[in-house]
Amino acid sequence: MKEDGIYSELSSIRSLMERSSKFISLSGLSGVMAGVYALGGAFFAQRLLRSQESRLDTSNEYSLNAGIVPQLTLIAIVVLFLSITTCLILTLRQSRKKGEPSWHPGSKRLLTNLAIPLLTGGIFTTILLLRGEYSLIIPACLIFYGLALVSGSHYTFSDVKWLGLFEILLGLICAFIPGYGLMFWTIGFGILHIFYGFIMHFKYKQ
Amino acid sequence: MKISLEQFDKAFENRLRLQIMSVLVANESYDFNSLKELLAATDGNLASHLKALEKEEYITVIKSFVGRKPNTQYVVSKSGRDAFLKHLQALENLIKNQKK
Repeated sequence: MKEDGIYSELSSIRSLMERSSKFISLSGLSGVMAGVYALGGAFFAQRLLRSQESRLDTSNEYSLNAGIVPQLTLIAIVVLFLSITTCLILTLRQSRKKGEPSWHPGSKRLLTNLAIPLLTGGIFTTILLLRGEYSLIIPACLIFYGLALVSGSHYTFSDVKWLGLFEILLGLICAFIPGYGLMFWTIGFGILHIFYGFIMHFKYKQ
Repeated sequence: MKISLEQFDKAFENRLRLQIMSVLVANESYDFNSLKELLAATDGNLASHLKALEKEEYITVIKSFVGRKPNTQYVVSKSGRDAFLKHLQALENLIKNQKK
């Protein structure tokens, strides 16, 4: 056996082990877009909160008027929907370009590992919403989302784990200092996503 | 370079067999169709090499049904994993010796 042959053999083995167990077509740009949607959502939410403050003149105290909760929830759902759709479209396009099958054991495992903490978090935040525990909703979103990313990171780029850890950290701090939920939401879902999206995009030359 | 040649496993002489083993070592289990797609192999070729690996008892075959479709999962065995790692080590040794 020639040396070149062995080298190519070893590198093909390594790449197969990675390609078979991980889903590496995750699109970095979709992270950037999710961040942009989140910033847009935060902007509208901020405007809603302002208008509520001026009407009720409770500017000193942060107390959420239950009247605008449905509107805030709607904004969050729209942002979530747009982010997921963009992510699916861009990721499918990416996997087609790379020639990686989009539905294989790696992507299935990535999805189930993301879904378990995400669905738990979704149900939990709905319960918080119904019980009127508004101040804990944003920390819960951040923490569960971070946990989902950490558990999913074993089946895709390992950088995702760091994003998840940052989201968890932000969520915990946010739970500690109430009243700044929107700011943490903007950092966690907006700025971090844009930042990480660009890193992934350029690191993996997509 | 005769030193490490005898450490090479005859079962892995074929490239596709080595590729199958790499996938199975990296994953808990893998099904036939995903293997076929990933390795871009034909049905017959893949099946015959899987059979050979099964004969060596390097892999275990788990047959089941998903609905009405047969679903065959392949899992690497303990001896298969050891043999694969030994083979890799032999390849690496060969490179190291050539560098000297």
